[in-house]
Amino acid sequence: MTLNPINQRRLQLFKAHKRGYYSLWIFLALFVLTSGAEFISNDKPVAVYYNNSLYVPIFKAYPETVFGGEFETEADYRDEYVADLINANGWMIWPVIRYSYDTINYALEQPAPSPPTTENWLGTDDQARDVMARVIYGFRISVLFGLILTLVSSVIGIAVGALQGFYGGKIDLLGQRFIEIWSSMPQLYLLIILSSIVIPNFWWLLAIMLLFSWMGLVDLVRAEFLRGRNLEYVRAARALGLANRHIMVRHILPNAMVATMTFLPFILTGAITTLTALDFLGFGLPPGSPSLGELVAQGKANLQAPWLGISAFAVLSIMLTLLVFIGEAVRDAFDPRKTLS
Amino acid sequence: MSQEIALEINKLCVDFKVNNDSFHAVKNVSFKVKKGETLALVGESGSGKSVTALSILQLLPYPTASHPHGSIKVNDEEIIGMKPARLRQVRGNRVSMIFQEPMTSLNPLHNIDKQIREVLLLHRGLKGAAATKCVIELLELVGIPEPIKRLTAYPHELSGGQRQRVMIAMALANEPDLLIADEPTTALDVTIQTQILELLQDLQKTMGMAILLITHDLNIVRHYSNRVCVMTDGEIVETADTAQLFAQPQHLYSQKLLNAEPSGEPIVVNKNADVVLETESLKVWFPIKKGVFARTVDHVKAANDVTISLRQGQTLGVVGESGSGKTTLGLALLRLIKSDGKILFDGQRIDALNNKQMRPLRPDIQVVFQDPFGSLSPRMSVAEIIAEGLTIHAPGSAAEYDQKVIQALTEVGLDPDTRHRYPHEFSGGQRQRIAIARALILKPRLIILDEPTSALDRTVQAQIVTLLRDLQAKYQLSYLFISHDLAVVKALSHDMIVMKAGEVVEQGPAEQLFRNPQHHYTQALLKAAFQ
Repeated sequence: MTLNPINQRRLQLFKAHKRGYYSLWIFLALFVLTSGAEFISNDKPVAVYYNNSLYVPIFKAYPETVFGGEFETEADYRDEYVADLINANGWMIWPVIRYSYDTINYALEQPAPSPPTTENWLGTDDQARDVMARVIYGFRISVLFGLILTLVSSVIGIAVGALQGFYGGKIDLLGQRFIEIWSSMPQLYLLIILSSIVIPNFWWLLAIMLLFSWMGLVDLVRAEFLRGRNLEYVRAARALGLANRHIMVRHILPNAMVATMTFLPFILTGAITTLTALDFLGFGLPPGSPSLGELVAQGKANLQAPWLGISAFAVLSIMLTLLVFIGEAVRDAFDPRKTLS
Repeated sequence: MSQEIALEINKLCVDFKVNNDSFHAVKNVSFKVKKGETLALVGESGSGKSVTALSILQLLPYPTASHPHGSIKVNDEEIIGMKPARLRQVRGNRVSMIFQEPMTSLNPLHNIDKQIREVLLLHRGLKGAAATKCVIELLELVGIPEPIKRLTAYPHELSGGQRQRVMIAMALANEPDLLIADEPTTALDVTIQTQILELLQDLQKTMGMAILLITHDLNIVRHYSNRVCVMTDGEIVETADTAQLFAQPQHLYSQKLLNAEPSGEPIVVNKNADVVLETESLKVWFPIKKGVFARTVDHVKAANDVTISLRQGQTLGVVGESGSGKTTLGLALLRLIKSDGKILFDGQRIDALNNKQMRPLRPDIQVVFQDPFGSLSPRMSVAEIIAEGLTIHAPGSAAEYDQKVIQALTEVGLDPDTRHRYPHEFSGGQRQRIAIARALILKPRLIILDEPTSALDRTVQAQIVTLLRDLQAKYQLSYLFISHDLAVVKALSHDMIVMKAGEVVEQGPAEQLFRNPQHHYTQALLKAAFQ
């Protein structure tokens, strides 16, 4: 793929913004690592070799009887009895952290929340679950939630803004008034009310937040299209007989994408913050989910256990700082007045 | 006339740093301007004339720009390396400047009284009634009618010519020794250009200042300057008295510049060719809406009662000043804006067709716009831009497109190997050729040319005119040629209409109109252009 000169320049500018460039790599590394959270932190081994056959408990549930146990239920590999059975006739490969986000450590030497040890690197929370594991899963769910929300709301926002700006007139007038009314609704209360009507799971939360988040980009894109539809090359395209759809996508949209790309990282951080806030208040992801907001709430409730609050704070601030740095680099890259020095 | 030297520039160089590379914008330029004299600095865009002018007041973006060596002396005082405080005293006081664009060089949020007063306060410390008196005197001096009433006017309430007069009043407020006029009339209509330049000449006689006139327009140079410096590529290639330069240009480039006037005759055509385009009292009215229910109270008549007919292979020139409705007429004929009245293309009525019905006719009616920088999408390669029309009207394989693009580029005199580059890599004239190639590839019968040469340098203009004429002869193209530049219109048009404020004031065969204009407006236009 060859980039056109404008994009080449943008790439160079992005790379020249060292802080943002490294932030992107660090963020990507963290994202890739946590995407495979099950392989890093899990209460099941990655692979089990038992009696000359290979088992993958991560993907498939095996009853205890397979390994010579007594129960028909799924094997609890953390149970010493099961572990001994397997190790007698084979071996197990464990993830680095032998806890999943909902694994309860029954072998604590003091009441939960317990401070960091070599077993629980960041200690345990008030239900004796490993904080490290919860942070890894929490990071993943926050970023995924943010990305999906950003993507979907951008697509809707750009489409609505494009239609309003391009056709103008009544469509624009009605659209703008609708947005004004819609955006003046008290978002947070509505979210709280809605999440008390339906049982909020990941997708429900996404849908509810999408109801409001799509408006962020509309004004920007609309303004670009209002300006763009009178550009001479757009007129020339019209004189060539290009259909409106093509004019919008091929000639005006690239202009609007500059503003959009600049805003995307900030929409992403906004989405993550909102999700964390909802979780903190207890109106977010269902109970038991690995969520950073819930961890913050636990930290507040257990001030005697500072590892809870500090872990949540550190993860959130690192994630948001990385994203803001990336956002700054993207903004610089798209700034036409910025010169390479 | 005193022989005191107001400005002396000696071996001035200006470098710009671009990505660790330095670009020499001005190289070893030397000249002198005496008091009471007008020196014209002539050159095409990019020749470094504006950079030279800006460095006199040290207004360049330092430290991106730098002066490796050279000296600039105003009244025997060195400007380069001068302390900022002293420099501010020189600026607007001993040396004043008028810029090209009167709309943007006045602050739109302050009335003109306040803006002129500011200059007086800064440099002469005048306040209150004394300042008001001085402002009124200045406005009278530059010929603003009823200056007392005009004091509270904001820039948008003044016409372009009046705004430029206000700029001149500000520049002259402190009776400078040197006035730098950077393309002072380029943005104005021809009839107003003459007034402004004559005003400057009169003021020079009464105040005895030196004028450095920067322009690309040789007509202005011929009539309003004493001496001329010809600049190209950052160097002065010739300095001579005006009369001498026009009589006997020495340097090759000066000769080329002087001979670049668009010349020649429109091609000979069959007087009884088929009529391609016809309109019957075409109207474009924009409603003015007022009140709660947005009732239409009146109309802006952008084009009113225009009846034209254009034959195959001929050119119809549409002449008028800015705001006369010529571009509106072009857009209406392209059916890009709403209009009333019959439009017939090839005997078929097209004014009632909707977008979809219009599409099959689009390849036959093409357009080339004024601004070669704005009319090409910056994100598409030249090949993509030119082939775009084909994707709609003549779908084919990539190889066929490529073949046709190569052919079209050759046709307009560009190297086909450049087709994978992007528009910003081309000069203005080359871009205009690309725009013509885009129109040409669809094999149109009519091309609407909306000021295709206005944004270009004289030498390039002449090339484009020749190209258009050749293409017309080869393909029997019909042109609707919209322009405010009569010299270009004369070189291309068979018929002509003159528009003013949306109305056609005169129309007929071009030759007849140029020889024997009937309407006084046409006469004024011709006088201003070919005096």
